[in-house]
Amino acid sequence: MATRNEHVAVGAVRRNFAPWSEPGAEPLIRFDGVTKRYGAVTAVDALSLSIYEREFFCLLGPSGCGKTTLMRLLAGFETPDEGRVLLAGVDQAAIPPHLRPVNMMFQSYALFPHMSVEGNIAFGLRQEGLPRDEIRARVDDMLRLVQLSGLAKRRPDQLSGGQRQRVALARALAKRPKVLLLDEPLAALDKKLREATQFELMDIQMSLGTTFLVVTHDQEEAMAMADRIAVMGHGRIAQLDPPNVIYEQPASRYVAQFIGDVNLLEGEVTGRDGDLCTVSCPAVGSALLVASTEPSAPGQAVAVAIRPEKMRLGRGLPPPGTANAIVGEVWDIGYLGDWTTYVIRLADGHLLRASQANVARFVEQPLTWEETVHAVFAPDAAVLLSR
Amino acid sequence: MHRGNAFRTVVLLLGLGFLYLPIVVLVIYSFNASRLVTVWGGFSIQWYVALFANAPLMEAAWTSLKIATLSASLATVLGTLAALALVRHGRFGGRSLFTGLIYAPLVMPEVIVGLALLLLFVSVGADRGLWTVVVAHTTLTLCFATVIIQARLASFDRALEEAAMDLGCPPAKTFFTITLPLIAPAVGAAFLLAFTLSLDDLVIASFTTGPGATTLPMRIYSQVRLGVTPEINAACTVLIAFVAVGLGLSFILTRSGARHRDEAAGEASADAVAERHAEVRS
Ligand SMILES: Nc1ncnc2c1ncn2[C@@H]1O[C@H](COP(=O)(O)OP(=O)(O)OP(=O)(O)O)[C@@H](O)[C@H]1O
Ligand SMILES: [Mg+2]
Repeated sequence: MATRNEHVAVGAVRRNFAPWSEPGAEPLIRFDGVTKRYGAVTAVDALSLSIYEREFFCLLGPSGCGKTTLMRLLAGFETPDEGRVLLAGVDQAAIPPHLRPVNMMFQSYALFPHMSVEGNIAFGLRQEGLPRDEIRARVDDMLRLVQLSGLAKRRPDQLSGGQRQRVALARALAKRPKVLLLDEPLAALDKKLREATQFELMDIQMSLGTTFLVVTHDQEEAMAMADRIAVMGHGRIAQLDPPNVIYEQPASRYVAQFIGDVNLLEGEVTGRDGDLCTVSCPAVGSALLVASTEPSAPGQAVAVAIRPEKMRLGRGLPPPGTANAIVGEVWDIGYLGDWTTYVIRLADGHLLRASQANVARFVEQPLTWEETVHAVFAPDAAVLLSR
Repeated sequence: MHRGNAFRTVVLLLGLGFLYLPIVVLVIYSFNASRLVTVWGGFSIQWYVALFANAPLMEAAWTSLKIATLSASLATVLGTLAALALVRHGRFGGRSLFTGLIYAPLVMPEVIVGLALLLLFVSVGADRGLWTVVVAHTTLTLCFATVIIQARLASFDRALEEAAMDLGCPPAKTFFTITLPLIAPAVGAAFLLAFTLSLDDLVIASFTTGPGATTLPMRIYSQVRLGVTPEINAACTVLIAFVAVGLGLSFILTRSGARHRDEAAGEASADAVAERHAEVRS
């Protein structure tokens, strides 16, 4: 791959990018205790959030949790009922949408039906009064970027869903704004095109220094692109962290369940030795050992969260004295090519998911249905959740 | 199934006949060579020739056209504004009252509207003539224009305007570059409907007109009282042609606006439209 080296270079830049942890850094975008209500519905609930220049920020959350509303507040289509929205330190309350240095790609695309693809993409540039040649050049650039060069003269109603989405993306990108708000920008694209576009977006960010605020329902996409991810629920932020922290250190049961697959074993802390907590889980029978730096007193109700890929499966009963061994029988097997997911039924009927990488092409005696197995995990592979 | 269809066809023909037979008779007799209105004397266009030589009638037609154009233009502009207010300003105080006030003239007896306007013009001391009829017809047709444009605006995707503003287009410019082109078919339909309604009107015009501003329907009506001549038949046929073309265009514009909308909404709704058409056909 010709682009391999470039991406290594990109990686080197991104590795050191963490303005949110620098004490004096000024955020570019700040939501300050913002509340937005629609009648009885509180779409955004006393939310505070800082986004830094050049950051690639992803919003994740279930449908209706307020992601689009948050973007609309920033773009100026909604006014907060409480709190302030600041851009580069300036309160945006009195600034109308057309004067904000923010461009939004709409979830519904909102393409102008009476204009061609070209006309749509050029619309924002015309408003700036750019010279004709420059508009031409930029529109051509954009068309190439989203691979629609052949369709410049078509109307939106002559395009497929994925093509429309790319026009909407190109239209928002064309103005090269300081802040780009993308509401599910890649949802309708096929996997190949989506990955290519992801890289393009990251390249644009590198070369133009754009700040991205992106809504996506695709967790892998968020993981791959984001500097930080905010997981939202009911108009609030449940957790705001870099992708690996969100995945490996979820702050609550809600976040753990929303991001990726997870097994939650409810139980109670019975003892503590340094960082090692002993948790008794009724579903498992034996006590589990989990590493946790958070203070947790004996008697506290907690959940042991363990990701399927962090468990190792063994045939039959575990050797005596094995820590964190959960015994059950194979209930279901899902072969996914690179991974196989096993559903294991515990003695009390609880179902546990464990996945194993398929490292060999042939296995002499694969695990099979109704076989007794044990799943083992290391104390630091699981997380204790008290919320 | 088959017999049901035949029955429906008969009913349809009877209904259409009931509605249009008098008009058809009138049109046929306008091509009558005979002087007698009720006796067919062969085909001729002499009454059309006579019609164009009839100065008072032509003058009345010209007056009617002027009034229709002016009042339809005014009604369309005001109707667009009223429709915007009704659709966009969601829940402003007195919205339903305003809606009611806009729609009331739709069902108000024309005699009352005419009389009320006459009293108004007299009380403000307005010289009655062409302009009072224009104002009166604007009042009459405004509600029709509003209803048509409002229906289009109600299904207008506001995200389009937001997208335009987001791309740096000020609100007023957004209205002219995005909103207006997209509701243009409805605006055109509203204009044509207002135009034909104004051309048609006799009652309100009679109440509000003054010397020197006799409209075509008024002229026809007063001549008919002296006896129906084939010339009047010809005049009526021309008037009918105008109205039919106006209404037809108005209908086509409304329809094409709806189609455009459905197409823009994507494949899913295209299926819905196909279903709807199938229902209508069966
Ligand atoms: N204009 C509106 N009027 C009334 N309620 C609204 C309006 N817009 C949004 N809501 C409500 O506010 C809440 C948040 O909506 P929002 O569009 O922000 O969700 P979202 O997170 O973008 O969801 P999705 O992932 O489905 O796009 C929802 O409960 C929604 O029903
Ligand atoms: Mg949304």
